[in-house]
Amino acid sequence: MPQVMDADRMSRALTRIAHEILERNRGLDELALVGIRTRGVPIARRIAKALKEINGDDVPTGALDITLYRDDLMRHPVGPQPLVRRTEIPFSIDDRKIILVDDVLYTGRTIRAALDALIDFGRPRVIQLIALVDRGHRELPIKADYVGKNLPTSLRQSVQVRLQEIDGKDEIVVEGES
Amino acid sequence: MTTRAADLPETVERAHPTPGAAARLRSRHLLGITGLEADEIILILDTAEAMKEIGGRAIKKVPTLRGRTVVNLFFEPSTRTRTSFEIAEKRLSADTLSIATATSSVTKGETLVDTVRNLEAMSPDMIVMRHASSGAPELLSRICRSTIINAGDGMHEHPTQALLDAFTIREHKRRLSGLKVAIVGDLLHSRVLRSNLRLLTTMGAEVWACGPATLMPAGIGRLGATATTSVDEAVEGADVVMLLRIQNERMHGHFIPSVREYFALFGMTPERVRRAKADVIVMHPGPMNRGVEIDSAVADAPYSVILEQVSNGVAVRMAVLYLLAGRDEGESE
Repeated sequence: MPQVMDADRMSRALTRIAHEILERNRGLDELALVGIRTRGVPIARRIAKALKEINGDDVPTGALDITLYRDDLMRHPVGPQPLVRRTEIPFSIDDRKIILVDDVLYTGRTIRAALDALIDFGRPRVIQLIALVDRGHRELPIKADYVGKNLPTSLRQSVQVRLQEIDGKDEIVVEGES
Repeated sequence: MTTRAADLPETVERAHPTPGAAARLRSRHLLGITGLEADEIILILDTAEAMKEIGGRAIKKVPTLRGRTVVNLFFEPSTRTRTSFEIAEKRLSADTLSIATATSSVTKGETLVDTVRNLEAMSPDMIVMRHASSGAPELLSRICRSTIINAGDGMHEHPTQALLDAFTIREHKRRLSGLKVAIVGDLLHSRVLRSNLRLLTTMGAEVWACGPATLMPAGIGRLGATATTSVDEAVEGADVVMLLRIQNERMHGHFIPSVREYFALFGMTPERVRRAKADVIVMHPGPMNRGVEIDSAVADAPYSVILEQVSNGVAVRMAVLYLLAGRDEGESE
């Protein structure tokens, strides 16, 4: 299956996003990264690391599980039930700039759920969105502020992001016919 | 595309923190620990870990069961279990109503089946029930469309209690298999014992059941417990000491000569606890009788996790409600 991004290019894309964050927010004050489980979490940590290398500042990083906020929970009578995992946001999000981090931006429904979940924790000053891949086909009016790669796909294809921390290697592949 | 709406890849959904957990529960009812396999127990405990975090938030509510109706039908008095279920249901945004039999038509002579059929005519999604007769939830599960959750039936089972006990033990010991668990008290009348025994032996723990011979159920060895009337033997080297209430309302049969004699022979005192492992935890499903099955000094000791059990009960019941709600009706077992 065609690989659309390897480890090197992924690393460069994340570094570029880190620079864009600094440029757009004029510094890291009041900024925090929140990764959406599962693969948004390691991506958020890597961006925090890149920001520290560029700027020297530590950016708080959290993990958000959106399972309990999904709109399709009860629509899968067969097959595995979505697993609920812990949300870990060890800082107040009130009046902070929160940057949500996800691996693939597709229908937008995950982000809708993440926004609802986040707002239950407080009132951020602003919420921005990082997607490592934007594959199109939005079903909701949602747009990413920082994109690693825009990847036009068909509905029959699936996009797999693999990360060292979870899958043992860094790559993005597209599976299925276009 | 409408059913696969979320944009997470499939593989992420299957990644699981504990190896060997089930992908979902097999039954759409929770009637007892009997019928649950080890992988389902792990799934419930893992899910409860995530649910516990919600109780620590400023806004302790998620929208998961919005629009679902849960009826709490309690034919026996209960404060802890009923309140715990109600809080769990509300934290998941279900619509809940609680019926206590003292104020219901049961006092006018309506049968259990008629009461439940009438409730069902109002289309609840789940019924959480406690009843003095063993097997009542099972009977209802055969005639009801709703999901039935057993909140304690007679001397049979109390599955959510055993699950919250297991959750509490796992939090402290990081495992269940290989632990020595001493259960001391009124074994004969205890549904908590039966559910715990099944759960703990399924998960590979070694269970010692201790109580007066008159309160020892026949054939307890067949359920996997080592039975003894010596509290010292039961507690020796134990990782967990679990006490059961001496049930005054069931004491018409003169099972023990007196409450004082019971305390002298079986009451859990600090001296007796010293025989257990240094990192022992002491548990009690409540309500406890201080000075009968448990010394006040033990109940309030640092190794007592009795109030943690109560807090964990909410998280475990949220997990059960969530996992059962994901089951479609009609495809049972």
